[in-house]
Amino acid sequence: MPEPVDKVSIQLKVNGKPYAVSVEPRMLLVELLREELDLTGTHVGCDTTYCGACTVLMNGATVKSCTMFAVQADGAEIQTVEGLEKDGQLHPIQKAFGDSYGLQCGYCTPGLMLSTLQLITKNHEPSETEIRKAIAGNTCRCTGYQNIFKAIRLAGHNLKGA
Amino acid sequence: MLGQLGDEAKLLAGGQSLIPLMKLRFANPRHLVDLNFVAGTSYIQEDNGAVKFGALTRHSEIENSPISQRFPILHDCAAGIADVQIRNRGTIGGSLAEADPSGDWATVLLTQKTDIRCLSPRQERTVPLSDFITDAYSTVLEHDELVREIVVKRPDKGSGGAYLAFKRSAPVYPTVSAAVQLTMKEDVCQHASIVLGCVGLVPVRAQEADEALRGRKIDDKVIATAMDAVRTAVDPQPDMRGSAEYKRTLAAALVKRAISIAMLRARGERVEVSHIYA
Ligand SMILES: Cc1cc2nc3c(=O)[nH]c(=O)nc-3n(C[C@H](O)[C@H](O)[C@H](O)COP(=O)(O)OP(=O)(O)OC[C@H]3O[C@@H](n4cnc5c(N)ncnc54)[C@H](O)[C@@H]3O)c2cc1C
Ligand code: FES
Ligand code: FES
Repeated sequence: MPEPVDKVSIQLKVNGKPYAVSVEPRMLLVELLREELDLTGTHVGCDTTYCGACTVLMNGATVKSCTMFAVQADGAEIQTVEGLEKDGQLHPIQKAFGDSYGLQCGYCTPGLMLSTLQLITKNHEPSETEIRKAIAGNTCRCTGYQNIFKAIRLAGHNLKGA
Repeated sequence: MLGQLGDEAKLLAGGQSLIPLMKLRFANPRHLVDLNFVAGTSYIQEDNGAVKFGALTRHSEIENSPISQRFPILHDCAAGIADVQIRNRGTIGGSLAEADPSGDWATVLLTQKTDIRCLSPRQERTVPLSDFITDAYSTVLEHDELVREIVVKRPDKGSGGAYLAFKRSAPVYPTVSAAVQLTMKEDVCQHASIVLGCVGLVPVRAQEADEALRGRKIDDKVIATAMDAVRTAVDPQPDMRGSAEYKRTLAAALVKRAISIAMLRARGERVEVSHIYA
């Protein structure tokens, strides 16, 4: 059995909302999000830093939240898939994934949408190679990726128009 | 702080090696000292013909820095490590301190003149990278000593380098990788440095291959001699990624391709490199 350990107080923002929580130092960021903050849109696929289902943005950069401790997010801004939607309106990336059939079971989708966000925030018209590189850390077992490529191109286009 | 906590404490940098190892219970440190909150540990500076990296500089920061555009073998390395998310966290200092036999940075930086600046409560010392890594997953670092800075000398004019890895997918270590740095005077090679990754307990310097190129005009015959020397120098282990013979052949083929790119870059041509995926 693991020994009990003292909890550590941290403050962070998730999707713009401030939180102050006490966590065990060994708690992973993804566990904090899913189990304490009830933000279950961030998934755990492999828990071995491979699949990217747990991808979130930390201070604007994608990270695998299964490979960070929650205490390391002290003072940080985290964005999860729940933060994409604004005022009941789907984000252009979410619309694009729906319109292009860029998902089937949806397990990989939150992570893919956040990797897409990091990509198209800087680059509205990514090339095929740029898309490949951007999502190399996100595994999808269903779609065969072709519709994801379409969705990312459409999302870039939507965002440019927005 | 590490001195106070004793040898049950470990440093945490990007956590992209240490946290997976802790999950597997291969590492079980009692205390972790998180370097990420220490200011002034992440930087890229150019100074006196050398590039200096703070130990906590992320792979992605190097990938996107203007310096790696002008020093393209650094870009080949940084941009090819794992995937975007891992590059956003993983650090150059952590990679060298981990001394994974498949890690990219050690293989690449051994073709350069690279010094590791280490710091402990007792002393500050500078160790050449060739002495820093002593065995697989082992370095000269004492338990209370850390990597503070990595200093890489800029190659001379007329010198070009390239780094290529063969990988099964992005978020895995390469099957085999090859780094080549060539200094050319017209068609004749003045100096060569060839290092192979994933084919020994530490990166393998193929010195006989360097000799095969030095002082010669590089043509197909000379390259074939260097490739033979590479096959002899490496000592790959058979595993799920391939047999020893397969990896030997791969090492020689990667060196051939890296030589051709290094020669073009030595002439000042821009060549984009991407790793090869199975
Ligand atoms: C799925 C996956 C795929 C990967 N693929 C590749 C790949 O293709 N190529 C590649 O090169 N790497 C790869 N990596 C590893 C990645 O590059 C790591 O980031 C790197 O090896 C370790 O750096 P880190 O900053 O994450 O170190 P950490 O994991 O934080 O630390 C690693 C070790 O170094 C020690 N340490 C860290 N910083 C210092 C310091 N400044 N001084 C002294 N000791 C220190 C720690 O105590 C620990 O023992 C991969 C990792 C994963 C999870
Ligand atoms: S759950 Fe984090 S990478 Fe798969
Ligand atoms: S939609 Fe099922 S894993 Fe991608």
